[in-house]
Amino acid sequence: MVWARRLLALDRRIIFALIALGVIVPLLLPINLPVAVSPRVRAAFDAVDALPAGSVVLLSMDYEPDTMAELTPMSVAILRHCFRKHVKVAAMTLYPAGVGLGEQALNQASRDERAVRNTDYVWLGYKSGFQVVILGIGENLRAIFPVDGYGTPLDSIPMLRGVNSYRQMSLVVNLTASSAADYWIQFAQGRYHAPMILGSTAVMATDYYPYLSSRQILGLIGGMKGAAEYERLIDVFGNGRRGMDAQSLVHVIVVLLVIVGNVALFASRGWKGGRGVGGVAP
Amino acid sequence: MRRGPLLVTFLSGTVIAALFFIPHHKAQEFNSTLLGWTLVVYAFALALGSLSLWENHARKIRTRSEGWPYSLVTLGALLIVTGLGIWKGVAEGTPVGRIYNSVNSPLGSTMFSLLAFVIASAAFRAFRARSPEATLLLLTAIVMMIGRVSIGELMSDKLPGITEWLLDVPNLAAKRAIAIGVGLGAVSTALKIILGIERSYLGRS
Repeated sequence: MVWARRLLALDRRIIFALIALGVIVPLLLPINLPVAVSPRVRAAFDAVDALPAGSVVLLSMDYEPDTMAELTPMSVAILRHCFRKHVKVAAMTLYPAGVGLGEQALNQASRDERAVRNTDYVWLGYKSGFQVVILGIGENLRAIFPVDGYGTPLDSIPMLRGVNSYRQMSLVVNLTASSAADYWIQFAQGRYHAPMILGSTAVMATDYYPYLSSRQILGLIGGMKGAAEYERLIDVFGNGRRGMDAQSLVHVIVVLLVIVGNVALFASRGWKGGRGVGGVAP
Repeated sequence: MRRGPLLVTFLSGTVIAALFFIPHHKAQEFNSTLLGWTLVVYAFALALGSLSLWENHARKIRTRSEGWPYSLVTLGALLIVTGLGIWKGVAEGTPVGRIYNSVNSPLGSTMFSLLAFVIASAAFRAFRARSPEATLLLLTAIVMMIGRVSIGELMSDKLPGITEWLLDVPNLAAKRAIAIGVGLGAVSTALKIILGIERSYLGRS
């Protein structure tokens, strides 16, 4: 059939335009679609919410600008939750390009919740070497970070008095877009038994379900959806919830494209005449 | 000639693995010392990486290889950002902070965002219900894509429950099996390296 063949030969620029509209329109004209909270994000929220005031959380923001759309809203939401609960945060990153993002998230959350640097939070900055840094914090925090991200010796920071390893930290939060999560789980949780929650990009979240079921991580926040759920739990309308409208619409467009593509293929050749999944270059 | 590196690998592997199981404070102090050494090795690795980057791109510029202007941009950026970082620091508000926020951050986000366009186009052209297995994959993907976003919850209150089941049962079972396999493989590879059976890390003979 002619229409089916024309559809199958659809110019990919039309698809690109549809996706662009699907992203731009909901961001300019928000629909505010509802966000249901999953048990995994609820568990992560509960782990933070149960911390007594004055306890210390280690937050490692191990991501770079490519995944900031998913993970920065998560960082800001967790930081705001901690500051509201008067839980102190020692923040760091294992990525050199994560330094700017970590600082941005801390600045935004501290401004929103009026938290004070070195009293309510400390920015430890970047240190190279995944395993070594994670293991080293379990032995002696000051050996790994003798000074904070601004060059202040850790001993002169009031918030870190008496805090020198996971033993003095109530929770480890790792927000990551990489295998750093594996090392945090294997070493910080596995070896030093630090209670831990994990936030990851949506595409890698499913890899960490076994750790959730074995209680090696107490909660799991996956992708922008997870960030939006966390924002809902702390009653904030941030970039996570703002982005969910666009993500919803783009998912619908992709599903419609897949259905249309299959119907057109069937109409033109029949099921057996088509190419298999992954058989055609984009 | 290769006995030295093999011996270092054997000793490092066995000693560090043994320290993991010895809770005595002397053993743990030694473990901390070794961790300190490893940090220094990492710092040298960064320096080595920068030198290698410099050498690789400088060669491209010298020989006018294809795309050599890009190498010029890379080396220029390396020099400028490193110089500014050493001179003015890297915190927010410094020149490096501004370069990071106005160049690095948007470029990184843009590159990753392009995936959405490529994936949409690829899904349209390649995601076909050609066989029963492919149809199952296709249906699962559609349920997941719709059920995991807000619009799915509006379409049907059962969709989120179905996606939760898919994640908690088939996905969990498969991921657990993969994790156990990867773990066993990692132990086997580590043993081969420690015992000197696997020597590819030493480079060509």
